[in-house]
Amino acid sequence: MAEDTHHLSRRAMLAMPALVYGTAALGQTPAGEPQRGGTLQYAVAAEPPTYDLHQTGTFAVMHRVAPHYSTLLQYEQFNYPNIVGDLAQSWEAAPDQLTYTFRLHPNVRFHDGTILTSEDVRASYARMIAPPEGVTSNRQPAFGQIGAIETPDPLTVVFKMKRVDASIMDTFVSPWNSIFSAARLRAEPNWPARNIMGTGPFRFVEHVAGSHWVGQKFDGYFKQGKPYLDGFRAITMAPSAMVNALSGRQILAEFRGFTPVERDRIMRGLGADGRTFESSWMLHMLLSFNNEKPPFDDVRVRRALSLALDRWGGSTSLSRISQLGAVGGMVRPGSEWSSTPAEMERWPGYGRDMAANRAEARRLLREAGQENLSFTLMNRNHQPYVTAGIFVIDQLRQIGVRAEHQQVELASWYANQGSGGFEAMIDSFTQLSDDPTNVLVKYISKDRAGVATARAIDRELDRLFDAQAQEIDKAKRKQLVGKFEDRAFEQAHLVPILWFQRLVVLNRRVQGWTMSPTHMIYQDLADVWLAPERG
Amino acid sequence: MSATALPAFRAPNPILAFIRAQPLGAAGLVVILVMGTAAVFAEVIAPFNPEAIDFMSMLAAPSADHFFGTDAFGRDILTRIIYGARTALTIGFLSSFIGCTAGGLLGVASAYFGGRADLLIMRLVDIVLSFPIIVLALVVVAVLGKTAVLGIDLNLVFAIAIPIIPRACRVVRSAALSVRQMPYIDAARAGGYSSTHIILRHMAPNVLAPYLILLTAYVAQAILLEASLSFLGLGVQEPKPAWGLMLAGDSANFYQEAPWMILFPGLAISLAVFAFNLFGDSLRDWLDPKFRT
Repeated sequence: MAEDTHHLSRRAMLAMPALVYGTAALGQTPAGEPQRGGTLQYAVAAEPPTYDLHQTGTFAVMHRVAPHYSTLLQYEQFNYPNIVGDLAQSWEAAPDQLTYTFRLHPNVRFHDGTILTSEDVRASYARMIAPPEGVTSNRQPAFGQIGAIETPDPLTVVFKMKRVDASIMDTFVSPWNSIFSAARLRAEPNWPARNIMGTGPFRFVEHVAGSHWVGQKFDGYFKQGKPYLDGFRAITMAPSAMVNALSGRQILAEFRGFTPVERDRIMRGLGADGRTFESSWMLHMLLSFNNEKPPFDDVRVRRALSLALDRWGGSTSLSRISQLGAVGGMVRPGSEWSSTPAEMERWPGYGRDMAANRAEARRLLREAGQENLSFTLMNRNHQPYVTAGIFVIDQLRQIGVRAEHQQVELASWYANQGSGGFEAMIDSFTQLSDDPTNVLVKYISKDRAGVATARAIDRELDRLFDAQAQEIDKAKRKQLVGKFEDRAFEQAHLVPILWFQRLVVLNRRVQGWTMSPTHMIYQDLADVWLAPERG
Repeated sequence: MSATALPAFRAPNPILAFIRAQPLGAAGLVVILVMGTAAVFAEVIAPFNPEAIDFMSMLAAPSADHFFGTDAFGRDILTRIIYGARTALTIGFLSSFIGCTAGGLLGVASAYFGGRADLLIMRLVDIVLSFPIIVLALVVVAVLGKTAVLGIDLNLVFAIAIPIIPRACRVVRSAALSVRQMPYIDAARAGGYSSTHIILRHMAPNVLAPYLILLTAYVAQAILLEASLSFLGLGVQEPKPAWGLMLAGDSANFYQEAPWMILFPGLAISLAVFAFNLFGDSLRDWLDPKFRT
């Protein structure tokens, strides 16, 4: 991952190696002394389906809501993936790794003036681990090994583990684990879905659907001297409008990412006032089959559809026009847990001989009696999902399968995803770290994970998932991850299409923001400040 | 006394008469016929599959291989315009037919019944007319969602047809009011025919001229509306070829690198609308004696 302060032409970008597997925020340093004041105006591409970080996984919520909340831990600024405390002043793990004790900062205030205590932490985590009726928790499977939460005093929280969880620190640091007021949760467990009240650096002012979201500096923020900004205004706009707004200096940032062409166009507009950042991305595009609906309950059909995807060809070409880039399995390609390209070629749909893949796909469909298969492919109505949808439909067409592209608004997409109201869907999954437990949870049984959109039950995958999660030895754990991937590709409940490449462009006035391989962290804006306008 | 043979009467060929009287309208008709032929025989005429991605030809400039160039997925733009004509004409004609027919019948009924019924229908028409046509179509398509039958989104057709209804209703009513005063309508009533019979058999055929003019004129409007809704993501969806859709999405991203991506679909929309307007205006001039010179 690197910051590039010079404009790169598209031709130059194409000549560069397509895949940059950055893992650390190397070379990013704060520029000068932070300055106070100003309102950061930035864009977000989609409307938030909820305000509740526990119940969702979309950036449309994170990029608006993160500045209002705190978490126990967070990733250190400019030093990803090093972990530092947020609400936690200190923490320690017992030698047997079955007890984790967190000591909280004293006198942390909620935006309503009440003092945060260990009970607020306990109530928030309890809500994620065992959500009450009417509340869903996307985080539930990640906390499966937590047996009990104790609060011996108002500033101490103790997590007792049922078993060793090799990735528990990566789980604790998740920005989705926002701490809500226990009193508010007691009164209405679903209160955070439509209300905002946390201990973060900014208090909520207003949300006008389809227009903007406004936050104002919280003077009672527990980190002395922060935030630097007076406030922020997140504006809802389409990606094409963002390009014009950013290059025209009407907004100063967009934190998710642009395509190479958009990046170049913005930089042409901003000139020396622009900064670009590039990184591989812990985000991958998936093709998810609803295993509860025929014919997707037939493994032959699912595997045939996965076989039809020319991932290697798609990677080379789609990276020119979209954020889609690397070919990978279920863990980020290039990470320590990832299979090599040669190993990947063993998986169905990853062999480079597409004629053979498609012949095998047709054979499987014939065998399943689905030669003339047609179905509806549900998708989001924004990029790069539409690009992925067009690609998948074209690939399926080549084995005689007809897919109807149904593009819907994000809220509707989530509603259908949650209720199983789809046949197949273009899905995506983003992680905060390369730890396999964070990643593979997407592929386990539906009764184990709310994020498992394929609605499958596969106890063998569950068993392998649990085994790797408890394995401390890295080499053995990697073997188990490999076995998990082999099984998951063989069953093809849901399959990766391509991984994303993250390209961010900021106006040079925006300082103190940290680039990382995930767009879900460093979004509380506590460290961000605005440099004065030039000239 | 010798008999003088009169020259045999020959009825003028209406098509030739129209061409002679309305050359611009005839030119519009030719364009419409070319589009219609392309739409019907797209599989034969188009050089490529409209949905086939060709990674080797991404963003290719117009050339002998691809006369109108290719888009960001390497899809042939000429092919997508030819298939797009099918989408535009199907939705355009269907919407205009449904809108004008429903509006026309309502207008005739309103003129026939008069009194409170006429007042009520006209006030309802006024209310619907107060909404801009695109806004009304947007609302309808957003509420109805999508229901595809034989590859045609029926709700999109209705979304475009509904704003046409009050406009057609008002025009046809004004024509039907004069028909209502004709003695043969009174005779039909005296003969004991039902209102439905009189409206459908005696009044409607006599307002056919304004109906046909409206039908033609609103095809152009419907094509524009379909293109607008598709451009806004509420109409036809990728990867189906539709002119408005071709102007959206990647075209906006690549308009500098590949201007042909917006140029040719834009021209197709303009040409189609221009042709239907020319033909519609000429048809009106030709059919309405008041406009004959």
